[in-house]
Amino acid sequence: MDGMPDRAAEVARRAVEQGVEPAQALDQACVPAMDYVGQRFGCHEMFLPDVMASSEAMKAAVAVLEPEMRRRGTERKARGTVVLGTVKGDIHEIGKSLVAIMLSAGGFQVHDLGVSVATEAFAAKIREVDADIVGVSALLTTTMTVQRNVVESLDREGLRPRVKIMVGGAPVTRKWAEEIGADGYAKNASEAVTLARDFMAAKLGACR
Amino acid sequence: MPVRPKLELLDREFIGRITDEAFQLLAETGIRVETPVVIEMLRGAGAKVESGTARIPRPVAEALLASAPKEFFLYDRAGRPAVHYGGDDVHFDPGSSCLNVLDPETQRPRPAEAADLARLVQVTEMLPQYAAQSTAVVCGDVPREIGDLYRLLVVLWYSDKPVVTGAFSAAGVQPMLDLLAAESGSRETLRKKPRAVFDVCPTPPLNWSEFGAQNLVELARAGVPAEIVSMPLAGLAAPVTLAGAVVQHAAECISGICIHQLACPGAPIVWGGAPAIVDMRTATTPMGAVETAMIDMACAQIGKHFGLPTHAYLVASDSKVVDAQAGMESGMTATLGALAGINMISGAGMLDFLACHSAEKLVVDAEAIGSVQRLLRGIEARTETLARAMFAAAGAKGEFLKLPETRRLFRSEQYLPSEVIDRNPPGAEEEGRPPDTFGRARQRVAQLLANYQRSDAARERETQLRAAFEAYGRKAGMTRLAGIEG
Repeated sequence: MDGMPDRAAEVARRAVEQGVEPAQALDQACVPAMDYVGQRFGCHEMFLPDVMASSEAMKAAVAVLEPEMRRRGTERKARGTVVLGTVKGDIHEIGKSLVAIMLSAGGFQVHDLGVSVATEAFAAKIREVDADIVGVSALLTTTMTVQRNVVESLDREGLRPRVKIMVGGAPVTRKWAEEIGADGYAKNASEAVTLARDFMAAKLGACR
Repeated sequence: MPVRPKLELLDREFIGRITDEAFQLLAETGIRVETPVVIEMLRGAGAKVESGTARIPRPVAEALLASAPKEFFLYDRAGRPAVHYGGDDVHFDPGSSCLNVLDPETQRPRPAEAADLARLVQVTEMLPQYAAQSTAVVCGDVPREIGDLYRLLVVLWYSDKPVVTGAFSAAGVQPMLDLLAAESGSRETLRKKPRAVFDVCPTPPLNWSEFGAQNLVELARAGVPAEIVSMPLAGLAAPVTLAGAVVQHAAECISGICIHQLACPGAPIVWGGAPAIVDMRTATTPMGAVETAMIDMACAQIGKHFGLPTHAYLVASDSKVVDAQAGMESGMTATLGALAGINMISGAGMLDFLACHSAEKLVVDAEAIGSVQRLLRGIEARTETLARAMFAAAGAKGEFLKLPETRRLFRSEQYLPSEVIDRNPPGAEEEGRPPDTFGRARQRVAQLLANYQRSDAARERETQLRAAFEAYGRKAGMTRLAGIEG
């Protein structure tokens, strides 16, 4: 929570050594810690660099716990797996990276494809990591049209409705998201987290 | 000559440290350039190129910087020089490329359309505080592929002033140059007397997209001025320190000028930007923050150190409505930008982190700008004795109001604001709550629009403008000229 990756990894190692179930360490230490961070960020008591640092610490702890869970066969998914990228022809990174930070902080496993991502690369990554959600970003009025291509490509690849598509970026509106057939739209990084949680709640609900 | 008020945030030694680090960044970290042709141009000039990154040695960068002109003019429709980019001259224009406008009825943002742009252009045309127009919004009712061209058409249709504009893609520049050339008479006239300057943006940190780099090259070759809009976002896409952001801005501007001057040495270019700090609670980039204005002031000082024309994004507010915050932020940053001697200050009329435009805010901002323009004229000795002769003439009762000097000089000594500024005597409102700034601004906008008349010169160019646009419009499926033809 205080954003010290070395300490977090060390504590995780010690927990495992002392016989704590790694899945339990994740559920009862890491996840509540990140929830607390998200909450304090929400009421402006923690700031973006603090969230970033906490999220790095969480990743360091998870990196220790995950192989251990795999070994014991108690592997569990994070809150959900998200693939993110800015569309082909658009090299704007900032908004998408913020979404990545906030989603990681919210307990999601995030695979960031970067900027100017080829349309087909989204589908490939979704398959590779078995993603639940894909976030498609565009900052320019001229490149937001490419979001439609990504939606169409995922349709063609038969990845829907298994994977939920959310779109964002300065010129993007709810109306545009509906028009191109995306599953959701988020105005900013915090909304993206809420939307992603809603997607996961609906998905898990449907499984039950 | 009166003392010209000026405010500098950097001393000579600090300027040296900033420019040294900027040159080091270019030589060591380098810039990523997405356009192979441009990469080759840089390699040919002596840059070290490796996997899309060009490292530019300081002597190469300095030589290219030296070939950029120290000043140039933008011309109005009549071909008169109307904006002087150079020295410490200060001009203002409305902000550019908003996606929304503030609906004056609901005071909520809604997507901008061509008719909104026409309205903003007409209001700006009526306000002498704005030396230039801008292609203020992205029109939601216009096909995206010709969005940049069409908004320029709307501005040229309604205005005689110079224009600050920009293309939305690599392919966007040539049609826009064609439109401007049709208006000016030819590409050659456009080169000699440019009506417009084009904003071109690097992507922070230290990237030139294919679109940006290509725009620089084409504008240089056409001899139409380019304006670099570098936007370090301190803490997110730039170092968190104001000084660090200024270094990045300098490196991005120098690299852009290198590309531009390689394409055509001596072509006009502006050292400009829209830097901002980042609010670490909300991840927003406040344009009304004092630190944002401080970065702009320091960036302009670095540009002036190289003897280049300068630009910045100020007079904008992050408030969502035209309220006290909007007035405070816009007035404060207008003052700071003007005191820094920035040649073109864009941003008036804008709200909500540059996402929303408002005609009502434009008329309020015009009053801040009018006041600042008065400030820049400083205090002059207008009479032979400053006060003694007027005391002698006013007599024992001090009847200064009767003096011919009072009648002769008050207009030039004072800036006379419009009705937007409430200077009614105390208690002048007989009953009820007096109208607030927004209410007064709405009235003023209505008056300006009622009095706006398209100039004869503008009417005379209609045929040429239509002809230059027609083929592009048809191809994009536009059947009528939105915002122009009813």
